[in-house]
Amino acid sequence: MRSYAFFALKRLIQLAVVVFAGTSAAFLVAHFSPISPVETIIGRVSGQSSFSPAAIESLRATLTELFGFDEPLWQQYLNFWSRFIRGDLGPSLIAFPTPAMELVMRALPWTVGLLTVAIVLAWLLGNILGGLAGYYQNSRLLKGFGVIAIGIQPIPYYITAFLMVVLFGYIWPVMPISGGFAMEIRPAWTLDFILTVLWHALLPAASLVLAGIGTWFLGMRALVSNIVTEDYVTYAELAGVRRGTIVGGYVIRNALVPQLTALAMALGGIFSGTIITEQVFSYPGLGTLLIRAVNGGDSGLVLAVSCVAVIAVAAAIFVIDLLHPLLDPRVKVG
Amino acid sequence: MLTTIRDLFRYNIEFRIGSILVTVIVLYSGLSFFSPYAPEQIYVVIPDQPPSLTYWFGTNSRGQDLFWNLSFAFRNTLVFGLIVAVLSRVISIVVGMTAGYMGGMTDRVLMFFNDIFVALPIFPILILFYFVLRNDLDTYTLALIMACLGWAFDARLIRSVALGLRHREFTRQATFAGMGPVRIMVEEHLPYVMPIIFSTAMANMIWSIGFEVTLGVLGFTNLNIPTIGTTLYWANSHSAMLVGTWWWIMIPVILIILTFLGLFLLAVSINEHIDPRSRLRRMGGAE
Repeated sequence: MRSYAFFALKRLIQLAVVVFAGTSAAFLVAHFSPISPVETIIGRVSGQSSFSPAAIESLRATLTELFGFDEPLWQQYLNFWSRFIRGDLGPSLIAFPTPAMELVMRALPWTVGLLTVAIVLAWLLGNILGGLAGYYQNSRLLKGFGVIAIGIQPIPYYITAFLMVVLFGYIWPVMPISGGFAMEIRPAWTLDFILTVLWHALLPAASLVLAGIGTWFLGMRALVSNIVTEDYVTYAELAGVRRGTIVGGYVIRNALVPQLTALAMALGGIFSGTIITEQVFSYPGLGTLLIRAVNGGDSGLVLAVSCVAVIAVAAAIFVIDLLHPLLDPRVKVG
Repeated sequence: MLTTIRDLFRYNIEFRIGSILVTVIVLYSGLSFFSPYAPEQIYVVIPDQPPSLTYWFGTNSRGQDLFWNLSFAFRNTLVFGLIVAVLSRVISIVVGMTAGYMGGMTDRVLMFFNDIFVALPIFPILILFYFVLRNDLDTYTLALIMACLGWAFDARLIRSVALGLRHREFTRQATFAGMGPVRIMVEEHLPYVMPIIFSTAMANMIWSIGFEVTLGVLGFTNLNIPTIGTTLYWANSHSAMLVGTWWWIMIPVILIILTFLGLFLLAVSINEHIDPRSRLRRMGGAE
């Protein structure tokens, strides 16, 4: 147990380093944005009516102070950290003066919900089907599934998602293709609202599952077709163990461990994928927010989204890493 | 080299289909040199015409002849993919072969950076680049950035091959004959790595073009240069599916899927050709 605590601590330090490096990089990038939020707001205000130059000047001074741009870069960086720990990243620009963090927190549940369901579904389905395909190598059905999985692989995710929108939104309009819930239903914890959220999430989640399942399927099939030739499997077969027990308990279970590592490594990429998903399906999550922020030149919001994304992805990887030695006693925890 | 291609063509149906698809697409993009319209001109033909004998692929809402406009788009996209593939191949060859041949500390340092690059989430990084560079982010800058991000995975592959070559008899011979490390790598080891470079180049093109299309569709590139991504961007911004100008979307999508399929089949068949066992099985030499 002590060694496990040590292992967890080591991973925790890794997590801290990744978060620190990621957020610092995001801070620098946001700093180099060519669009000044101060000038944008002044442009917005003075475009509507005329002001005296003195009033504009004092507005500029106030805004510069509000965004903290009057200090040297290192001071801004320290300020960023002290505010970041308290969960405050300044006002956003696209929805000025709503705090950037508030926008992020409003968008976060949508992304987390959609991603969790899609990743878990794709991973489980892909691995189970792949495991079966690796074990029952003569099954026509599973072979056909393999051909489809290889066929979908090279098509970029955007095109797959886009074709789904065209198919189910225009050619055969049965599914909602934009938004997170129906317009006429108020967001609240009612049955109606939950149903409309699920109904709207179906197509984006399906596109993510479709794009992700192939990788897991092919990886698992390759792993299992190696394991099947091992002595212990032959032994179990000769001993008359039920085939279902062999596939589920012996073969797939052993192959799941490397697949879990692969999942931890793929999480960052999958998160990048949701930016595209949310854009294609106009889903109200982090990705859509990030793209709105980029288009609006909102560096504070870009920073907030990047920081939260870095923390979320790193934390998810951390959790998977912690599960690892619990699933496979062979993994060294030292 | 030529016999390899002949063999592949004769015994490998994937290679045959793949090379035909890619040749057709390359020829089509080459037609752009004979286009009667410049790519940035708009309202040169009647807008919104469905595909017909005069306009083979129809015309779009911006008054461009899609047949010619798409030929430009494919040329730019393919050139982009090729630049990324060539540049990133150079980086991965240098890193992979050096790490594999030198071993020791050099290997560990190079692979440390390699692992960082493998794990980077590329799409958000590209978006951040656009955020800072804005319209300076043209095809060539993007190609350069993508090349710097897309070498790591293949460098590891090349390293594993170079690692095996290092312990072969002829390497020791070459060392005793007085060849320096650079000459050994270039003259003795590079030929063994070449097939991998070809197959990964195709996979790399699929990867980079996929990102180019995605960035273009979201409007995160210079929108005046016709590429597959920007073509779809303009189609979306004119609500092509809603208005009923379906050819503006469906034709580029079908063509790009054919391109990906072609490149993918080429990569798969070359990969299979590298493995002598599967090659023999196909030629009927084994068993």
